[in-house]
Amino acid sequence: MVQILNFLSVFMIPLVIFYIVGYGLMAGRPVFEDFLEGGKNGFQIIVEIAPTIVGLMVAVGVLRTSGALELIGELLKPVAGLFHIPAEIIPLSIVKMFSASGANGLLFDLFKEFGTDSYVGMSASILLSCTETLFYTVSVYFMSIGVSRSRWSVPAGIFVAVLSLFVSVWIAGGYIPS
Amino acid sequence: MLNFLWAGMVLIGIIVAAFQGNLGAVCEGVVASSKEAVELLFVMAGVVSMWNGMLYIAKNSGLINLLTEKMRPLLRFLFPKLPAGHKAAGYISANFIANILGLGWACTPTGLQAMEALKELEQERGNDPAVASNEMCTFLLLNISSLQLIPINMIAYRSQYGSAAPVSVAGPALLATAVTTVAALVICKLMCGVSMRRVSHRKKE
Repeated sequence: MVQILNFLSVFMIPLVIFYIVGYGLMAGRPVFEDFLEGGKNGFQIIVEIAPTIVGLMVAVGVLRTSGALELIGELLKPVAGLFHIPAEIIPLSIVKMFSASGANGLLFDLFKEFGTDSYVGMSASILLSCTETLFYTVSVYFMSIGVSRSRWSVPAGIFVAVLSLFVSVWIAGGYIPS
Repeated sequence: MLNFLWAGMVLIGIIVAAFQGNLGAVCEGVVASSKEAVELLFVMAGVVSMWNGMLYIAKNSGLINLLTEKMRPLLRFLFPKLPAGHKAAGYISANFIANILGLGWACTPTGLQAMEALKELEQERGNDPAVASNEMCTFLLLNISSLQLIPINMIAYRSQYGSAAPVSVAGPALLATAVTTVAALVICKLMCGVSMRRVSHRKKE
């Protein structure tokens, strides 16, 4: 099992690239020209989403350096206790909504403090594996292309993010007794 | 919604910082994060362009069409109003595959182009393209709820931090992903139903 997963993690990307380029060549396409056309468009995509990423990272930066995250975590602690959610997970689930790299930083802190295979470590591992970064996805997919009215998607996304917190802690509890 | 959230984050952060005497840290934080954002964009530029190049090869060689054909039943279930053969279907299929295989930043170019195509569809339908359609919301929510089968990065992080069983996260993560994805699907179907009823109601009036 471990070996299969390791194999997959190393070979997945090269295999996909091999398949795509091989398929294109077999179909008689000028693959390098196609690649260049796509690559050019890729740089345009980056330029389009650049302001969105800067805006988002700055907002996360303000939230992280201001101490607001710790405050929110502290305020939510009694609620979390009610549902047997470890208090350490709350800031992680909030940061996870905004920035993947920020969440990884917090994850490593938790790993160092509690260990990867502890209840907290396992909850955190599952939590970061089962949802994508909510506001990054909304901002990049909607705001960058000028869809300004997101309708029900943001509340629904927040619901899914909160649900993922409960589900992760609950599943981790089934694997590792707290 | 996003306007208020973004403004709320910035304003609340600064107010809290003022009360806790962290304004100096925020000052540095703002500059550091904008710098960090550009560094991230530099890394992203290479990877995203590479995957977008691959996407174009796959598109021009007919591989995407083949994939879309295979995923047609799923697409019809998720997006019943999406016209068969619309170019959005191809990008959506490519995005789902990239998500499932855990190709990371391959999701961003495919997802963005799927959204652009869905926006064009709204223009063709004569709707306001600045308002998210049901298809856009459904597609977005499935991306948020994650479709990844194996959390490759998480396994790597865990072994890096000395886990005795780094892979042990794979099963629970798959279960959690399944739960959140099903929940997202149920919400999408409910909300699409509600908004459709509203539209038909309005038309009757």
